[in-house]
Amino acid sequence: MPRIEVDANKCKACYLCVNACPKKCLGKSKTISKKGYFPALQERPEDCIGCKMCYLVCPDVAITVIK
Amino acid sequence: MTIIAQKPKSLLDVPMHYCPGCGHGIVHRLMAETFDELNIAERVIGVAPVGCAVFADSYFACDMVQGAHGRGPAIATGIKRSKPGAIVFSYQGDGDLASIGMAEIVHAAVRSENITVIFINNAIYGMTGGQMAPTTLVGQVATTAPKGRDPKLQGWPINMCEMLAQITGSKYLARVAVDCPQNVIKAKQAIKKAFENQVNEVGFSMVEVISQCPTNWGATPMQALEFVRTKMIPQYPLGVFKDEGAK
Amino acid sequence: MTEKTLRKGNEALAEGAIRAGCRFFAGYPITPQNEVPEYMSAHMADAGGAFVQAESEVAAINMVYGAASTGTRSMTSSSSPGISLKQEGITYLASADLPCLIVNVMRGGPGLGSISGAQGDYFQATRGGGNGDYHIIVLAPNSVEELGNFPKLAFELAEKYRMPCMILADGILGQMMESMSFNFDPIDPNQLGKFDWAVDINKNGRKKNNVFSYKGDNLIADVVERAKRYGYIEKTEPRFEARQTEDCDVLLVAYGLSSRACMEAVVKGREEGLKVGLFRPITLWPFPSKALQQAAQNAKAVVCVEQSLGQLVQDVKLALNGAKPVYLNAYPAGGQPDGGTILPAVKSALNGGTEGLFDLQRHAEGFTYECKRDASLGIQGDWKGGK
Repeated sequence: MPRIEVDANKCKACYLCVNACPKKCLGKSKTISKKGYFPALQERPEDCIGCKMCYLVCPDVAITVIK
Repeated sequence: MTIIAQKPKSLLDVPMHYCPGCGHGIVHRLMAETFDELNIAERVIGVAPVGCAVFADSYFACDMVQGAHGRGPAIATGIKRSKPGAIVFSYQGDGDLASIGMAEIVHAAVRSENITVIFINNAIYGMTGGQMAPTTLVGQVATTAPKGRDPKLQGWPINMCEMLAQITGSKYLARVAVDCPQNVIKAKQAIKKAFENQVNEVGFSMVEVISQCPTNWGATPMQALEFVRTKMIPQYPLGVFKDEGAK
Repeated sequence: MTEKTLRKGNEALAEGAIRAGCRFFAGYPITPQNEVPEYMSAHMADAGGAFVQAESEVAAINMVYGAASTGTRSMTSSSSPGISLKQEGITYLASADLPCLIVNVMRGGPGLGSISGAQGDYFQATRGGGNGDYHIIVLAPNSVEELGNFPKLAFELAEKYRMPCMILADGILGQMMESMSFNFDPIDPNQLGKFDWAVDINKNGRKKNNVFSYKGDNLIADVVERAKRYGYIEKTEPRFEARQTEDCDVLLVAYGLSSRACMEAVVKGREEGLKVGLFRPITLWPFPSKALQQAAQNAKAVVCVEQSLGQLVQDVKLALNGAKPVYLNAYPAGGQPDGGTILPAVKSALNGGTEGLFDLQRHAEGFTYECKRDASLGIQGDWKGGK
């Protein structure tokens, strides 16, 4: 099962990944990060196809894609 | 379970200072991936500019030099000529490269210095807070063009790839964007090519990246992507303007 | 060591730099130092180094910034207006703690000035020239022999203290021919060890090196730390030459070519029964203040001889701190001193006269100036076209 991990210490909540995900399986965390952002997170990992689109557009290199 | 995409080794594991949604981080990653893939990480020496990327030396794992505004190509020339085995890049913004450093970039191309230039064009001075850049679009508002850029007063935006293409010494010139996954993939191909050229001693290679600056455009990250597509790319068409290194 | 040969100053300098292990040169044409890049373009490649004719002085000094950051012995040369353009790079080199050699073959100024030799860049060289709190080491040769041998000293000092070093010569020294020899064997820089701070390839697991000029929050600590080096240099590195200073009534102070004219004045003066001595700073920064105090101990007066409106004289006054009367024998903008023009100043300094002594305010006696705008020529706003 492919899935992603978002490094909450690096994410600045631009949500470009949320926008880029073709399966719309990413969303916004409800927990505030140390940096004061609501980082992106994978809301529905079961829908993830491991396409790496989120990784490609992430400006903070905060995403790791695991298959 | 295998990791299929993660921070490349050539980037240090530290948070970056760039604003949310800024394109710099994407380009940093593409460059670092290139260093890893071409197996040149041990040979890379980078030149950081004055501007938002002044801290780039904190992010790239390679040795870095940070010098004066616009002088990146001259500094890179000094490094490359004294360490010919090094893979040298100059990372520059639009004010840095197309305004104060115009002479340096043009003559690095004239000499066909075997270096790679990564040119981030976001049509604004970012670090200083949104002043008009040489690449600011006609009508685009900046803090020093409060009524929008007026060609009668401030001239027209400059297209560096098209201009440098006239110079015999420029060997590879491409303009890419990082607004969507497809364009990021193309940007990676161009950046990789520009570094391969240096490995193959082809000569001066430059990739111009149309990048988003949500903060100084007064836009959300998503609106900034829209600005890239509807305003920036029509003025700065994407593509390869010169490729004389093809083997 | 070499046998004595007849060499032009600029060529001795260029050859001396290559022999001293210089392997990167970037420059831009400007009279009267053109023989330096010309010599480098002919010989640097054979030595295994790189020569680049840069698009500007600004680019040239920044190329040196790049080359110096790799630990390569790097240099640029120029003349006064070109050195002004290089100030950007020089302050960045100082800030990034990079060793390099900068040569200024001075010409008349300000502005484009003239192409003849002058000494008007003393302030620029010793006070920084660029922005911020920094120093560079400044060496002032007074012969072709020294011009050819100082590059080695300059590189060694620059590398020892990780800072730019300047050789401050002038157009006449650069252009004239003299018999000279190199007092050192050629250095192969490939045999020198690497610096632990330099950027390089093949890192072999060492930590990543950054050469940078932006210090941000660390700036105060950085400048204060560097100031320790400055203080140490002031204590240990001043160089000077003292000639017949033990018994002198009048001590001449001059650097570079002016000091040669002063030697003539010392000899001629002593023939006339005047006890004249000469103190020549060889390092202009660090200024040899202590040695000057010593040399001036028995003098009744001190006369600075310089080809400028009075720049060196300020350091002399600072060094002597009111202990002796200090006068100026000035040859601004490329005027040339000789024994015959210096001796009247020596006599004036002894007997209270004014001949040969230059004083700005006395110079302006009886002078008035009025700024005039003339409406009969029209008014500034009488044409409101354009933008």
